[in-house]
Amino acid sequence: MAIFLNADSKILVQGMTGSEGTKHTRRMIASGTKVVAGVTPGKGGQEVDGIPVFNSVGEAMAATGANVSVVFVPPKFTKGAVVEAVDAGIPLCVVITEGVPVHDTAWFFEYAQNAGTTRIIGPNCPGLISPGLSNAGIIPGDITQKGRVGLVSKSGTLTYQMMFELRDLGFSTSVGIGGDPIIGTTHIDCLRAFQDDPDTDVIVMIGEIGGDAEERAAAFIKDNVTKPVIGYVAGFTAPEGKTMGHAGAIVSGSSGTAAAKKDALEAVGVRVGKTPSEAARLVREVLAAQ
Amino acid sequence: MDLYEYQAKELFARHGVPVVPGHVVTNAEDAIAAAESIGNTVVVKAQVKTGGRGKAGGVKLATTPQEARDRANDILGLDIKGHTVRKVLVTEAADIADEYYVSFLLDRTNRSFLAMASVEGGMEIEEVAVTKPEALAKISVDAIEGCTPEKAAEIVDAAKFPAEVRDQVIAILQSLWQVLVKEDATLVEVNPLAKTPDGRVLALDGKVSLDDNAAYRIASYDEMVDNSETDPIELRAKAFDLNYVKLQGEVGIIGNGAGLVMSTLDVVAYAGEEFGGVKPANFLDIGGGASAQVMANGLDIVLGDPEVKAVFVNVFGGITACDAVANGIVQAVEMLAERGEPVTKPIVCRIDGNNAAEGRRILDESGIALIERVETMDDAARRVAQLAAGK
Repeated sequence: MAIFLNADSKILVQGMTGSEGTKHTRRMIASGTKVVAGVTPGKGGQEVDGIPVFNSVGEAMAATGANVSVVFVPPKFTKGAVVEAVDAGIPLCVVITEGVPVHDTAWFFEYAQNAGTTRIIGPNCPGLISPGLSNAGIIPGDITQKGRVGLVSKSGTLTYQMMFELRDLGFSTSVGIGGDPIIGTTHIDCLRAFQDDPDTDVIVMIGEIGGDAEERAAAFIKDNVTKPVIGYVAGFTAPEGKTMGHAGAIVSGSSGTAAAKKDALEAVGVRVGKTPSEAARLVREVLAAQ
Repeated sequence: MDLYEYQAKELFARHGVPVVPGHVVTNAEDAIAAAESIGNTVVVKAQVKTGGRGKAGGVKLATTPQEARDRANDILGLDIKGHTVRKVLVTEAADIADEYYVSFLLDRTNRSFLAMASVEGGMEIEEVAVTKPEALAKISVDAIEGCTPEKAAEIVDAAKFPAEVRDQVIAILQSLWQVLVKEDATLVEVNPLAKTPDGRVLALDGKVSLDDNAAYRIASYDEMVDNSETDPIELRAKAFDLNYVKLQGEVGIIGNGAGLVMSTLDVVAYAGEEFGGVKPANFLDIGGGASAQVMANGLDIVLGDPEVKAVFVNVFGGITACDAVANGIVQAVEMLAERGEPVTKPIVCRIDGNNAAEGRRILDESGIALIERVETMDDAARRVAQLAAGK
């Protein structure tokens, strides 16, 4: 089963003819993903490694049956690319691009909500992988294999780190939701999907400073999640008022601190690791007890 | 980027939010001409990116140009919560009959925007929110529809603005929304929004934060950048296009990916507790495709911090192969030596992920005694904390 992405996912890549787009298209294919089309306005009719390129998302979907878009276009053009994907009614749109103005994200998120046809993941995210089934984005396909751990994380490298720590167990799906102040898919969306996924036994949730998504996820877990959840939060040493790499990773006044997030998660019974490896150990403990 | 009050007011004026005339000066003598051109009693206001200026003695009235100079002289150079005053705004002193509050901000929770308004202006709005929450109206604003006349009226009525200023505040809210959208701001705040005895409504103070991701399309972004308060090492890092934040500590940190670097800081701080409170000295994310040059720049920046006693390079090779990272570290050390700045501090490396075995071999066989390789992140953090503590 996995969540959001499975063996039937047919992927189109917006911005496939760019250097990042081409590089990661090849990597996705190498990890067994069905990449069926590329989209670059004005380059319709060309091919990249035998994959047809179309002028628009709508044309690509009509010709290939694509149902997932992965967006690699530069920040200036991201809003237009997402709006096009939503207009074409694609069910899942994964926005890898980093550096998208937050007004653009707020706008296209609202647009997608109004259309009601498209789930957006990202922006500023590594995408998602259901190991052995499909890989939409830039998560390395060779860290681990199919398994029964579900992972949701704001951070790309911590996603890789956690998959690596638990590589012998394997993952149903790992979702990198991104580190921007506004993102299309939240921890809660993923927790809900993992709770409903018969192939996921334990959920790892990685958060970081900024906003209150982890606190809200804790409230959601309390009422809706019966599967064990293990948490990890990064940024205990982050100073107030400084953006730590991710646009959304900032402690503002007394809000958005790692300590508050950890406390909120622990208050609803989520065990939170002090380090990524401790979180990985907790996952093993939970599974051993089942 | 947070703006100074005078910059915020320039943006307000550009989009039709009424402000009183003012001039920003950097030396006290210039305050004379500024006050003369305004003609009335003026207020001399410290320009610092923090609150509580009034309490710190950073806002003073002056009835004559000479007095304006003297007050500017008092305020320039003042330290307000760690910020040195380098500029003052000389602005007309408006008579105030009433003080209100209005703002628009990015609403992360609802993934949209939020308007806040209150007729209890002038004081810290965080205080109003706590002591008199019913006096602070919060209205969600749709990112696509924006602040329409109807939405502005809804905000004004929710905050119970008096009838005689209703139309003015409705117009001001729409102009303020234009500042938010056209200037790619994540916060626009007016506190106080003042009513004068003759019934005019004016923005007497302003706070604006701009979205750095939109810098490329904000017309006056570059000219509004002021690095006088920026840490010199952060400035050097910026010139290298590196994502660096200076902290107070002894362990220099280099890693790839914002989340992993934040996590590294935490793990080092925990490990440091064992060694007399050793702490991370910085945040430095060299990103996904870290070349030898980027690694060299990173080491250069981190070692340029005199507080750093030892460096921790923590890399997980996801897309980047670890052998490339290892080569980057070795070449960076050689590059710095060739430049006549040989590395003299220990560098603890933990590399994992894609092609890790080859990367480790390269480090182990590099012959560079200062490079110490440790298998896991937790053990490496402990080791680097120990080295930084001189134990």
